[in-house]
Amino acid sequence: MIQLEQVDRNFMVGEQQVRALADVNLEIAAGEYLSIMGPSGSGKSTLLNIIGLLDRPSNGKYRLAGRDTTGLDDNEQARLRRESLGFVFQFFHLIPRLTAAENIGLPMILAGIPAEQRQQRIRQLLQDYGLTDRADHRPDQLSGGQRQRVAIARATVMSPQILLADEPTGNLDRASGKEVVRIIEQLNNNGITLIVVTHDPELGRRARRQLHMVDGRIVEDSAGEHAHGSR
Amino acid sequence: MVPADVFRFTLTTFRSNRLRLGLMLSAMVIGVAAVVILASLGEAARRFVIGEFSALGTNLVLVFPGRTETSGGIPPLVGEAVRDLTIEDALALLRSPAVIRVAPINVGTAPVARGRLERDATVVGTTADMLQVRHMKMAEGEFLPAVDPRRAEPVVVLGDTMRTELFGTEPALGQWVRIGDRRFRVAGVLESAGESLGIGLSDAVFIPVASAQMLFDTPSLFRIMVEAKSRAMIAQAKQDVIAIIRDRHDGDEDVTVITQDAVLQSFDRILRALTLTVSGIASISLAVAGVLIMNVMLVAVSQRKAEIGLLKAVGASPRQILLLFLTEAGLLAFCGGLIGVGVGELGSQLVQWWYPVLPMGAPVWVIPAVLAVALLSGIIFGVSPARRAARLDPVQALARR
Ligand SMILES: Nc1ncnc2c1ncn2[C@@H]1O[C@H](COP(=O)(O)OP(=O)(O)OP(=O)(O)O)[C@@H](O)[C@H]1O
Ligand SMILES: [Mg+2]
Repeated sequence: MIQLEQVDRNFMVGEQQVRALADVNLEIAAGEYLSIMGPSGSGKSTLLNIIGLLDRPSNGKYRLAGRDTTGLDDNEQARLRRESLGFVFQFFHLIPRLTAAENIGLPMILAGIPAEQRQQRIRQLLQDYGLTDRADHRPDQLSGGQRQRVAIARATVMSPQILLADEPTGNLDRASGKEVVRIIEQLNNNGITLIVVTHDPELGRRARRQLHMVDGRIVEDSAGEHAHGSR
Repeated sequence: MVPADVFRFTLTTFRSNRLRLGLMLSAMVIGVAAVVILASLGEAARRFVIGEFSALGTNLVLVFPGRTETSGGIPPLVGEAVRDLTIEDALALLRSPAVIRVAPINVGTAPVARGRLERDATVVGTTADMLQVRHMKMAEGEFLPAVDPRRAEPVVVLGDTMRTELFGTEPALGQWVRIGDRRFRVAGVLESAGESLGIGLSDAVFIPVASAQMLFDTPSLFRIMVEAKSRAMIAQAKQDVIAIIRDRHDGDEDVTVITQDAVLQSFDRILRALTLTVSGIASISLAVAGVLIMNVMLVAVSQRKAEIGLLKAVGASPRQILLLFLTEAGLLAFCGGLIGVGVGELGSQLVQWWYPVLPMGAPVWVIPAVLAVALLSGIIFGVSPARRAARLDPVQALARR
């Protein structure tokens, strides 16, 4: 499903070059549950952004569902993000002036799905995530846990194959965090490929496959130890 | 994205920032209102002048002695002797089937006196048909008698100011006045007609054209007013007039013939062009409003970075972001334009109320044109902020650093 070959990502900060990712090789199969851990600044978010087509590698190849993504233009990448990828962020990133239901419907609007069809899907998701009575509330009228559930609903409204979560529980109390984890793991049980970046070892250990990053490199891959041998 | 959704999304951006909305709208409102009011004023001026000119008569053809070179050619080297226009020339014009009435005119200034009371007045020598040709109305008595124009009857018709100055409230009909050294009997008084293109009929007196020729000791006419049978006959009447005069003047075309229609049309053209120019200049203010929209939109783009990044993350293409921001700028400009049209119409009404003589009212093309210009200026000046939004790097935009 996801294949990265010798991926580098360099940033220029003034005169200095920062290597956020260095020679990353990674293969992720459909339906996997994977966590990425490591110290701050080790490149976890950068890796997730590249997988999510929000960023492009400086060098190397990224194949998504068998297709080389480096040759795709901005509009084709946007289409893949819309249809195949879902994002959940630490800071929710809901649009403050839109209601919960409107925030959830946003990707469908961008995809040009007609209103009646949207309403049906939104109602379904609100129900699934226990948000039915919050449908017309704006983000500032919602608790952190509710906001993140709205964000997850928005990420999954287009039924993507891959869900990318960057510190999804980082801004939540324990109870809300647990609820969010339960929801995304449920999605994984139903077949979605789940990739979670986290600082929380407890959450990280829940994943069937765990990556450790240091200084832009993957220094540990639990799948490599058990399945493929060292690489 | 479905257009309805694009608009709905854009409307949500309006309700989130009222101050910004008000600022951008008011700039456009002022600009558009200015255009509408100025266009109304220009149109009012046009209608006023055309109205005044139409009041002179209907389907008029004016004949002046002497040839005016309007083609810009070199005047003939061997000077043609300009023949006088005579009463006989005027009467001959009635031979044309396209001509219904003619009024030969002779004008001069002379003292008009009643007893010791004396006034200098414009003395117009003409015939009975003048009343209809020139659309004048009688207040008292009759106009000049419909007799042979070559007869010098001693009758006079007074303009209403002359009547008051000479007779006050006393009866004037049947009384005698002296013009120059001749005596005339007052046959009638004109109704007050007000000013007409600066020529006051009120200060004039009218006598038979033959009497005027004797008074001023000249056989030549100042001009001939010819009324064509209908609007369609004007061209025919003009042609006939030229042919008849040429025939009577040994083949020389030594008169200038102007149709009221042609004069009206050139006034109309000039004043329309003036309105267009003034509106065009006022439209520059719409570009100023556009610049303001651009700046406020640029601020909006940097304020809404996170939102733009998020839109990209959930699958908005650069093209869609561009479309959303262009719609926002265009819709703002257009709404401002609509309100501006309302304010402009209101302003025009106010001017109308202040100066009732001005027939205010923007020409029909102004409103769609000004709205189109407003929309266009919004979109054009929206391009730069919209492109900035479309190019925004989503990772940067979403980052909280
Ligand atoms: N846009 C950028 N410009 C310059 N440097 C950047 C940029 N984005 C990331 N970096 C650098 O790349 C490195 C990796 O950053 P990244 O955000 O991926 O780290 P991270 O592992 O997600 O850290 P954290 O756990 O704090 O979120 C860091 O050194 C960071 O400073
Ligand atoms: Mg990070």
